[in-house]
Amino acid sequence: MTVKHNSVSLRARRQPNLPIWLRAWNVVVMALLILPVLIVIPMSFSDARNFSFPPKGFSLRWYENFFTSAKWTDSLFTSLQVGILTAVLATVLGTLAAVSIARMSPKFSGFLSGLYMAPMIVPGVIFAVAIYAVFLRWQLVGSLFGFVAAHTMLALPFVITSVSSSLSGYNPGLTTAASSLGAGPVRAFLTVTLPLILPGVVSGFVLAFVTSFDESVVSLFLQTPNLETLPVNMYNAIATEIDPTVSAAATLVILVTTILVVLVQVVPGRNKRK
Amino acid sequence: MQKLEHEQAITVSNVTMQYPSSTALALNDVSLEIQPGEFMSFLGPSGSGKTTLLSLIAGFVNPSSGTVSIGGNQIDGLKPHRRDLGVVFQNYLLFPHMSVFDNVAYPLRQRKMDKSQIREKVTRALALVRLDPYADRLPKELSGGQQQRVAFARAIVFDPRALLMDEPLGALDKNLRSEMQRELARIHRELGMTFVFVTHDQEEALVLSDRIAVFNDGRIEQIGTPEDLYYRPSSLFVGRFLGDSNVFSGKIDVETSTFISPAGSAYLTREELEKTDANVMIVRPEAISIAPKTDTNTDGFEAAVREIVFTGSNVTVYMEFGDGTPGIAKLTMSEASKLAVGQAVTVSWDQLRQHLIHDDGLTS
Repeated sequence: MTVKHNSVSLRARRQPNLPIWLRAWNVVVMALLILPVLIVIPMSFSDARNFSFPPKGFSLRWYENFFTSAKWTDSLFTSLQVGILTAVLATVLGTLAAVSIARMSPKFSGFLSGLYMAPMIVPGVIFAVAIYAVFLRWQLVGSLFGFVAAHTMLALPFVITSVSSSLSGYNPGLTTAASSLGAGPVRAFLTVTLPLILPGVVSGFVLAFVTSFDESVVSLFLQTPNLETLPVNMYNAIATEIDPTVSAAATLVILVTTILVVLVQVVPGRNKRK
Repeated sequence: MQKLEHEQAITVSNVTMQYPSSTALALNDVSLEIQPGEFMSFLGPSGSGKTTLLSLIAGFVNPSSGTVSIGGNQIDGLKPHRRDLGVVFQNYLLFPHMSVFDNVAYPLRQRKMDKSQIREKVTRALALVRLDPYADRLPKELSGGQQQRVAFARAIVFDPRALLMDEPLGALDKNLRSEMQRELARIHRELGMTFVFVTHDQEEALVLSDRIAVFNDGRIEQIGTPEDLYYRPSSLFVGRFLGDSNVFSGKIDVETSTFISPAGSAYLTREELEKTDANVMIVRPEAISIAPKTDTNTDGFEAAVREIVFTGSNVTVYMEFGDGTPGIAKLTMSEASKLAVGQAVTVSWDQLRQHLIHDDGLTS
């Protein structure tokens, strides 16, 4: 960990004279990524009854509608609930998986970490159909646990990746040292390993939450009128009627995920600067 | 820290160790006993098994066969955190997220001591290694030598049954190293704790140890005091590993009471004559005297001076005996002043400082 602090070599590696066309290209890519957001946010403040861009007039009526309609607030609450439970479950399972992968011989760990990436690679619809088929039989469709279980599967790769990258900078000798000083395996993990890989665990937690909070494909299959997440509700609101409240909901989703992701960027940074 | 009374002997009996990844034995039927309060070094080249034995005692690995016991109680199968042994690792392995104080307090917290007792013990341990002003620093804010001391304080603060050290001075530069050697010797005196010290540096082992176990290829070649090993090595390997020596292969001739080698013949004492299977004579360079060759002294060992090297405290003279055997002598400045490169000389030594051994590798 201490090696990374060599600021001299970092400075030497930075290129001060980036060609102008490279800078310009960056602006294009950034615009491509951010433009949809820049359209949806102004739309949410529109006064019109339809999706019109540029927005006509200014009002907070769609936000008012969002927070006063039980359907919207219920789905928001469901999404937060599913998101937090998913994040907790995926973080615990993913961290333990990453720790065990790190201890295995390269032969097994390579195979396993490939396998754990499957939910990221398998197309969402295929995954959703498979989940739906199994959950129907197990009567998990439309249940909170069903949502949490499915989202946890999708979120696990993010936790495992982020904890694994933290673990790659962890010296397993420290666990040996802790054991020689009288700490059993669990105590050694909690007092030495966990604090040192915490940045990876925290960012895994946030990524897991965001994965669940944004997820729509699997949730569409698992929804029932009684239990639907925010993205599902947004989809229904567009598919069945034209409800501009969707743009307000979208803006809120963007706000929540942006704040969280920025936090993740900042937290490990603060740790490194010490 | 007061002198400890609860110290117990560490006994290693017939331990054999084979790592799954290798066909060779890391340890081959090794037995030894480490006395309470003793400073014992495991000395040997890398891969000779010394670190493996330390890991076995610490409990990081389990032997393929054989037992380890402390104070008569077998500790095989006991997890490292239940063995109550302090370990200083080669690369220190300080906890980077904890201050010096918290690092040293760590073993005490695992033992659920109360806060005031922890503060007192940590303060005393840090004073012992002369790091009291650094309690609030993080490990990375300390120099290598200071980190080494923290690792040391952390390993002794809980009054372990013994302190095991794996090449703890290996990463330090030469000056710091000799300073830490003196510190170690002082702390060993003050604590009276059993120290087990792994090193590949023969000088370090000779300076520090009460006894040394010399490892070679998974076996212990010899266990003894530094003087024993240096002047009375039991094998050619030990003789060669602990410092320079003149090695003559040959055989005993009882009729003339001499050891006859192609380089020359040396008279033997009565006890030496009884070592009938001896085929090697070892003479340390400090025992050698060199005189310019004259016509009158014809017997003894004749050699030519090949190189004269000034090493500060003395002069090292490299020679070649008549049959091509290389020779080495350490002389004072005044003794060496009469010598010149290429000169023919007569080499002699005090009979009491020659040593006969039997070596299987030699067939002469």
